[in-house]
Amino acid sequence: MKNMTRLGLGLLLSSSVAIAHADDVKIGMITTLSGGGSHLGVDVRDGFMLAMEQSGQDDIEVLIQDDANRPDLARSLANEFMQRDQVDILTGLIWSNLAMAVVPAVVRQGTFYLSPNAGPSDLAGRMCHENYFNVAYQNDNLHGAMGAYMREEGYEKPIILAPNYPAGTDALAGFKHLYEGDVVDELYTQMGQTDYAAEIAQIRASDADSLFFFLPGGMGISFMKQWESSGVDIPIFGAAFSFDEILIKAVGSAAIGARNTSLWAYDLDNETNHRFVETFREAYGRTPTLYAAQGFDTANLILSALEVAHPDDQDAFREALRAADFDSVRGEFRFGPNHHPIQDIYVREVVEGDDGQPTNRLLGIAIEDIQDIYYEQCQM
Amino acid sequence: MSVTLLIEQLLNGVQLGTMLFLMASGLTLIFGVMGLINLAHGSFYMVGAYATAAVTASTGSFLIGLGAGIAAAALAGALVELIVIRRLYHRPHLDQVLATFALILIFSEGTRFIFGSSPLRLSPPSWLTGFVTLPGDTRYPIYRLVLIGVGIAISIGLYLLISRTRLGMRIRAGESDREMIGALGVNISKLYTLVFALGAGLAGLAGALVGALQSVQVGMGEPVLILAFVVIVIGGIGSIKGALFGALLVGIVDTLGRVYLPIFFRAFMPPSEATGVGAALAAMLIYILMAVILAFKPKGLFAAHD
Repeated sequence: MKNMTRLGLGLLLSSSVAIAHADDVKIGMITTLSGGGSHLGVDVRDGFMLAMEQSGQDDIEVLIQDDANRPDLARSLANEFMQRDQVDILTGLIWSNLAMAVVPAVVRQGTFYLSPNAGPSDLAGRMCHENYFNVAYQNDNLHGAMGAYMREEGYEKPIILAPNYPAGTDALAGFKHLYEGDVVDELYTQMGQTDYAAEIAQIRASDADSLFFFLPGGMGISFMKQWESSGVDIPIFGAAFSFDEILIKAVGSAAIGARNTSLWAYDLDNETNHRFVETFREAYGRTPTLYAAQGFDTANLILSALEVAHPDDQDAFREALRAADFDSVRGEFRFGPNHHPIQDIYVREVVEGDDGQPTNRLLGIAIEDIQDIYYEQCQM
Repeated sequence: MSVTLLIEQLLNGVQLGTMLFLMASGLTLIFGVMGLINLAHGSFYMVGAYATAAVTASTGSFLIGLGAGIAAAALAGALVELIVIRRLYHRPHLDQVLATFALILIFSEGTRFIFGSSPLRLSPPSWLTGFVTLPGDTRYPIYRLVLIGVGIAISIGLYLLISRTRLGMRIRAGESDREMIGALGVNISKLYTLVFALGAGLAGLAGALVGALQSVQVGMGEPVLILAFVVIVIGGIGSIKGALFGALLVGIVDTLGRVYLPIFFRAFMPPSEATGVGAALAAMLIYILMAVILAFKPKGLFAAHD
C-alpha cells in the first residue's frame, strides 16, 4: 500500500509539477521513470526535488517528464520543453545513449544542460560545450578508480567482464587504463543477458585471482545470484552501478563482500551529507542511492548559480555554475576545464546491515582527484 | 578448452534449453490448438516470478511460493483468455498481435503499480544452494541440476498428458481440426480456457524457477519470449516435440557459441578484437541457426500442420 501511494505520488509528479507558479526560472527534467532501470530516474528526481523543497525558493518551476528510456521520446520532450515551455535549464537524463541524442542539440540552441548521471566520453571531449555541465561523473571514472584500487591492493591477475555495447567496452577500457597491468582475460556478454553460467564457468577455468565486472541494473542482480551458487571463490569488484542500495537488497546475501567504487557513499562523513541522508530517509522512507545524491547536488548547484545570476544572463550564469560554489554531499566538488568533475572516488564494501539486509559501508578513498582523460580534446 | 569445461557448458546449455521449453511448449500449444499468436506469454512468466517472490517473502517457504506462482500465472492466463483472447480467435493475426501486445503493457505497468519499480528479491531455498562436484572436479550448482530435472519431468508429464489422456486427445484433435471437434460436441471454449491456463502456468513455473537465479523485475519476460519464438519457429509451430528439440538446440548452441566463438577467433586475431567479434557473432548465432534451418525446412523441424 505504501508503495502504491508513493507510486501515485510519483505519477502526479511525473505529469508536471510546479513548486511555484511564478515563472521566474523554469527547469525541465527529462528522466527515466518507467521501463527497465527506472529506479535510477526516480532517485535522481527525488533527490533533485528534495533540494528544491529545502531551498524554499518559490520562483523556480520544475517540469518533469518521463522518457521511458527511449531516445526518440527524450528528444521530442526536449524540443517541447524548449519551444513550448521556454525552459532555461534542462537536466535529468540517466542513460548515455539518450544524452547523446538530446544534449548536443539542446546546448547548441542556447539552453543550459546539467547532467545528473550520464557522462559519455564524447561530451567530455570533442563534443564538449560551454553550456553543458556534468555534475555526476565521466563514465570512465568509477571503473578507472577500481583499476587503480585493485592494483594498489596487489591483485595481479584480474579477469574483467562487461556487456558488449559502448558503455561496456568503455568501462573495461577505463579499468585497464588505470590498472596499468595485464588482465587474464576480457569477457563480453550480450546486452540484457540474464544467464551467466557460461561466463562463470570460464572464470572458474581461468586462473584469475579477482573479478572486475560492469553489469548495470538487472544484469548485475542475475550475475551475482548465479555467482554465489557457483562455488567460485575469488573476490569480486565493480562500480557502484551494480551495487546501489536498491539493487543489493534484491541480490541478497550474494552481494556481501563485494567491493565497489562510488563518487559518494551514504555514510560519507560531512555535514551536508548527514543532513541529506537524514532528510531523504524522512521524506521517502528509504536510503538514498548515488543517483539521489547526484540529483541533490545538481539541484544545489543550480540554486547556487541562480543566487548569482539569472540564466538569461548566460555568461554570468555560466561563470556561477563553473565556480561550483555549493555544499556538495561529496564534500569537495570542482569542475575541470571541460565542465566535468574532478573528484575523489571512494571504495565501499557490501556488508550485512543491522536489519540483516545487505548495505554498503565506506572503506576509504580509491583514488584522489580523478579527472577524465578526454578534457584535452575539449575546445570551448 | 578442457573436457570438463565442455561438459559443464553442455549442462548449462541443457539447463537453458529445459527452461526455454517450459516457455515454448505453452506458446506452441496455444498456437497449435487455437491458432493464436500470444505475445503476452512473457507476462505470465513475469507474473509467476512476482507471485513466487511475494509469497516466498511472506511465508518463508520457496515451495509454497512456487505453488502460488504457478497458480497465479495459470489464473491470470484463464482470466485473460475469458476476457480478451476469446474475442480474437476469428480475427486476423495482426489484431491478435496488437491486442496481446497491449496486454504486455497492461501487465508491465500493473506490476509496477503494485510492486514498484525496484527489482524484487527471490533466492533459491537454502537446501538447494551450494554445488555438487562432478567427475573431473567440476563444481556445478545444485539448483541448476534441479532445474534440468524439473524440465525433464515436465517434458515427460506433457508427453503423457497429450498422448495418454482424454484432455490430450482433445488437444490433438483441436490441433488437427478445430471446427470438427466442436461439431462432435466437445466443449471447445472450456478446452481453450484450459489449454491457455496450462500454457500460462508452465510459463509461470519457468519464471518462478529462473527468477530465483536472475532478477525479478518488470519486463523480465520479453527477452525470454523472443527466444521462445525462435524455439517454436525452429521446432515447427504447433509441435510440442519440435518445441523440445528446438529448445535444447537453442540452449546448447547459444551457450557453446558464447564460450567457444571468442576462443575460436583468438586463433587468428588479436585477443581484444577476437573477444569483440566472437561476442557479437555469438549474439547472432541462434538467429543464423534459425535462418539456416528455415532455408532447408521452411516449416521448422517438426511441422505440425503440413
